[in-house]
Amino acid sequence: MLAVPSLIGVIVVAFVLTRSLPGDPAVYFAGITADEESIAQIREQLGLDKSIFHQFIVYCKNLTQGNLGVSLNTGQSVASELSARFPASLELTLTGLALALMAAIPLGILAAVNPNTWIDHLCRIFVTAGASTPIFFSGLLLVFVFYYLLGWAPSPIGRLDFFYLSPPKVTGFYTIDAMINGDFETAAAAAKQLILPAITLAIFALAPIARMTRSAMLTAMGSEYVKAATANGIDRRKIIFVYALRNAMLPLLTIMGLVFSYLLGANVLVEKVFSWPGIGSFAVDALVASDFAAVQGFILVMAVMFVVLNLVIDILYTLVDPRVSIDG
Amino acid sequence: MGDLLLNKKVVRNTDTKLDPELSQHSQNSATPEQHDWRQQTWYILSQNPISMFSIVLFLIFILVGITGPFWVPFDPIASDTSIALQAPSFLHLFGTDHLGRDVFSRVVVATRLDLWIALSAVSISALVGTSLGCLAGYFGGWYDRIIGRIADTILAFPLFVLAMGIVAVLGNSLTNVIYATALINIPFFIRVARAEVTIQRNHQYVQAALLSGNTHLRTLVFHIFPNCLPALMVQMSLNMGWAILNAAGLSFIGLGVRPPVAEWGIMVAEGANYIISGEWWLVLFPGLILMLAVFCFNLLGDALRDLVDPQKRT
Repeated sequence: MLAVPSLIGVIVVAFVLTRSLPGDPAVYFAGITADEESIAQIREQLGLDKSIFHQFIVYCKNLTQGNLGVSLNTGQSVASELSARFPASLELTLTGLALALMAAIPLGILAAVNPNTWIDHLCRIFVTAGASTPIFFSGLLLVFVFYYLLGWAPSPIGRLDFFYLSPPKVTGFYTIDAMINGDFETAAAAAKQLILPAITLAIFALAPIARMTRSAMLTAMGSEYVKAATANGIDRRKIIFVYALRNAMLPLLTIMGLVFSYLLGANVLVEKVFSWPGIGSFAVDALVASDFAAVQGFILVMAVMFVVLNLVIDILYTLVDPRVSIDG
Repeated sequence: MGDLLLNKKVVRNTDTKLDPELSQHSQNSATPEQHDWRQQTWYILSQNPISMFSIVLFLIFILVGITGPFWVPFDPIASDTSIALQAPSFLHLFGTDHLGRDVFSRVVVATRLDLWIALSAVSISALVGTSLGCLAGYFGGWYDRIIGRIADTILAFPLFVLAMGIVAVLGNSLTNVIYATALINIPFFIRVARAEVTIQRNHQYVQAALLSGNTHLRTLVFHIFPNCLPALMVQMSLNMGWAILNAAGLSFIGLGVRPPVAEWGIMVAEGANYIISGEWWLVLFPGLILMLAVFCFNLLGDALRDLVDPQKRT
């Protein structure tokens, strides 16, 4: 229920964005040679002669049918274009998130266990530097070092080198699909393509996770139950990783929404840098070509996905912490 | 850090061997309090060399932004293809780009534009967001509900994606990049201002102001708002960093600034095609300076937060 107002807001904003586009779509679709009459005809066809409220109803109806319009760039329907590219983006984003969590949580713990020491300061500088690095810059830098200088990474041109065939689609994730297919060579090749863009994303998302882990861990380490555990002579490692960390994970969940906002936005730039064939690079191409239906569809899909993610986080939160009720 | 400060105060009070009430009194008069404030600022800064570093860096950026165009060695947009893609040397400190333009001069000149974009965007969002947040926090009720809903709706989008959409709709220009950047930063100011005003509203000085005949609006603007400024300054500094990143990201994908104008994001975008063939200086220098600027504002925000509210440090 929490997601409903946000969803309505998102749809209204997306509608307003579509309707306030520069130029008259009827004139655009009619072409240069059209006369007044055919423009009026097309306007009627598109429903643009109706009231704005009526148009909104039609727009919502189209949305429920998954109709996002037709991309001028490719001539395909926007919905099918987006759904074809969606797994690529998802694979990248989730890998990036996993890497970020794996690096940031230990960093946060390290800083919290040694507060106000040089370790703490170093962690702080490191994660702040990560969040301050423009995502396209860190991406290009990684390409330069690992592709041009060291030659470890393959050339940054999409999900697979051209002499591999893409694996048969099961999940849409190339690494997993190839492994399901038993083709470990292709899986390795796909993983190699994936690793640099995923690291780029992870660097950017380090800061909020590490900082939240640090402050939550500090709170937990100063709490009565940790003092009691210490007084009882329980192994310090067990106190940190079992007693304190479990409780520190709760506040961490609350900022995952912000982390996803970061990741989804950064995704667009990373895909552009690594020619990753996801929905982000599709949107950038559409943007450059003034393909508005595609851009609107992309924004709507991203926003809906973001709302759903936030909802999942809220539900997880109530599951993990029974004290929080779903209404509050 | 809060504990440390407290201890220090106590120690000083016993040092002066004053009656506690007397020292309390002397702290309330104007000069010692100012002195106290300055001492506290210095104390916190000297405890944290990173904060010092960020303030120095900030001043350097401002200086370069103001004076840069007057002392750069080359014309930032004059191209000369005979010297294209030269590696850094004494003559061209940061090398030359694909049109033979001096990268150093372009990076220096771009400082003003980038800071200007960020400053204007953040100023707009601070103005709008703070006004809305103050209204919501002070009057509550429907003001609060509607304004809160506006903030939630903006935050329901991944922010960079929303900025892309706004620029696409309003038209691809620098002004619209500024508006888009301003809009996505508004919710943060709404939240901070609302939270601050909600706390301040219940203080007794507000009742005193109202009882002495101030209108609600006047109380809000002249009595409550000044007390929210510290928290807002912290937010402004952090948002400056985000605004620079956001604007540079937009110009990297071809929105806003257009060639041949020198801007850090677009310079990295232009250099991106050459990184695979090893001409690293086109990307490295503008990217590095861009990163340094954002880094500086982020650290500055942290430093200000340490000053304003030492307990919130993360």
